[in-house]
Amino acid sequence: MSVISQGFQGRGRRDDRLPPGQYETHDFPVLSAGPTPYISVDEWQFTIDTEDGARHTWSWQDLMALPKSTPHVDIHCVTRWSKFDTDWEGVSLDVLLEDVESAAEYALVSSYGGYTTNLPLEDLLDGKAWIAYAFDGRPLAPEHGGPARLLVPHLYFWKSAKWVRGIRLLDQDEPGFWETAGYHNYGDPWHEQRYWGD
Amino acid sequence: MAPAALLQRLTWLPAVIAEARAETPQARTLVLDVPGWPGHRAGQHVDVRLTAGDGYQAVRSYSLASAPGEQPAITVARVADGEVSPYLVDVARPGDRVEIRGPVGGYFVWEPAMPYRPVLLVGGGSGVVPLRSILRHHRQSADPTPMRLVYSVRAPELVIYREELQAEHLVYTRTTPPGWPRPAGHIDQGLLREVAWPPVDSPLAYVCGPTAFVEHLSGALLDLGYRAGDIRTERYG
Amino acid sequence: MHVDGNAAAGLLTQVFARDMTGAHGTCGSCGHNGPLAEAVVYGEAAGTVFRCPTCDNVLMTLVEAPGRILARLAGLRWLAVPI
Ligand SMILES: Cc1cc2nc3c(=O)[nH]c(=O)nc-3n(C[C@H](O)[C@H](O)[C@H](O)COP(=O)(O)OP(=O)(O)OC[C@H]3O[C@@H](n4cnc5c(N)ncnc54)[C@H](O)[C@@H]3O)c2cc1C
Ligand SMILES: [Zn+2]
Repeated sequence: MSVISQGFQGRGRRDDRLPPGQYETHDFPVLSAGPTPYISVDEWQFTIDTEDGARHTWSWQDLMALPKSTPHVDIHCVTRWSKFDTDWEGVSLDVLLEDVESAAEYALVSSYGGYTTNLPLEDLLDGKAWIAYAFDGRPLAPEHGGPARLLVPHLYFWKSAKWVRGIRLLDQDEPGFWETAGYHNYGDPWHEQRYWGD
Repeated sequence: MAPAALLQRLTWLPAVIAEARAETPQARTLVLDVPGWPGHRAGQHVDVRLTAGDGYQAVRSYSLASAPGEQPAITVARVADGEVSPYLVDVARPGDRVEIRGPVGGYFVWEPAMPYRPVLLVGGGSGVVPLRSILRHHRQSADPTPMRLVYSVRAPELVIYREELQAEHLVYTRTTPPGWPRPAGHIDQGLLREVAWPPVDSPLAYVCGPTAFVEHLSGALLDLGYRAGDIRTERYG
Repeated sequence: MHVDGNAAAGLLTQVFARDMTGAHGTCGSCGHNGPLAEAVVYGEAAGTVFRCPTCDNVLMTLVEAPGRILARLAGLRWLAVPI
């Protein structure tokens, strides 16, 4: 350990509920790799493209008409902050994928603004992932990914793509923005899979 | 650049806070003892790294406030709810240790040897810090380049380096001193037309402060006729 | 909130072992050529992201991992370093 700055604590606190190397925060830090896109719900749409080239599209109204879930989860950012007991509202990917015919194993998520992230398709299933449009009872703010973001809380939060616009289902894995920049391809916080080779 | 000096800039150097001086109720200057400090250019910055007892680290950039040849010093303004600035303004004491990477930044610098061109410095809030280094350097080197500073600050009690900047153009955005000729407000075209060097003199501008301030001011200078390539910016975020 | 490429000088110096703020990069997407100091930098993300000031294309990312810094330069066509 290096030079210690006497009296400096930072924001974080340690806790047993934390994955290794994480610190609890009560804020909701905004991390951005680019300009914040402002997408109105009128122009918003969400697509799922299968490996066979079939496209499924939802408008904002379509999304609102689907059964909603209210996940209560802890989230873990690879920059070392974790936030406990966050409350979201959204549509489970199980609902969206219900009528989608696919034998693909991988998913590449893309966002308004050009961001991408990849994960195995099974990590989007069985109540593990949502298209979230509200946080703490309020519409999701643009800086936090509104109108809608992916929420996959069991992986580091960079997988929970803000401003989500679509998912491509693929036979071959295709690494996304941070995954090609040095971050771990899977990103399990409990195994501290932060960087390539972790 | 000498190899030793180069190595200095590549790694984190231990530094000790030698002196802490309140500038205003919100800002404090910290003079740093950095063994092997290679010297800096006016306008450069350092990255400061703090490590907590449990290993948690945070890094932020701070402009160098002192002139070249003087001991490195930074001036930090407290950002409410900030992680690092409240520590540097309120908690850190002489003798406490931090780590430094720098001096760095070869772009937002001014040197007396530059060809004769009038220089306009525009600072918003703590964005005045590197401009103060440039002004001090300009005075100490008795350089003939015409140079003036426009400093935008919220209120009279928040003016940092007050004594040194008395002769410069202060613009108050919220409250003014009693009897101040200009009502409180942001720097606008009218004011720039009064105080900025006219574009025909091929002036060079240095604009520094919060990102929104820098965007606003570089836009205003472009509108005034300044060339994009002659406006250097340092956005603080 | 973004900053200028100049603000990332410390990290750039650690990667390239020299001042890189005056190095000129050519955007692989729109061809804009300019000093790295004038790139648009998002530094609060998981890594430091350098974007083209004209078209927003990602020129470069720097990720600080323990013991190494990973630099992806895929968005740059050229990098001209003054000597
Ligand atoms: C090249 C460079 C040079 C800099 N030089 C100086 C300097 O000389 N003196 C100085 O005081 N600062 C300087 N800064 C800003 C400094 O690096 C920090 O951003 C600042 O001290 C806030 O850090 P923090 O950890 O306290 O706040 P953080 O924990 O980073 O932020 C807290 C909250 O405040 C917001 N915030 C951050 N900065 C500001 C701001 N300026 N105004 C309003 N809200 C803000 C954030 O978005 C966040 O929501 C410089 C920045 C750069 C890039
Ligand atoms: Zn471009």
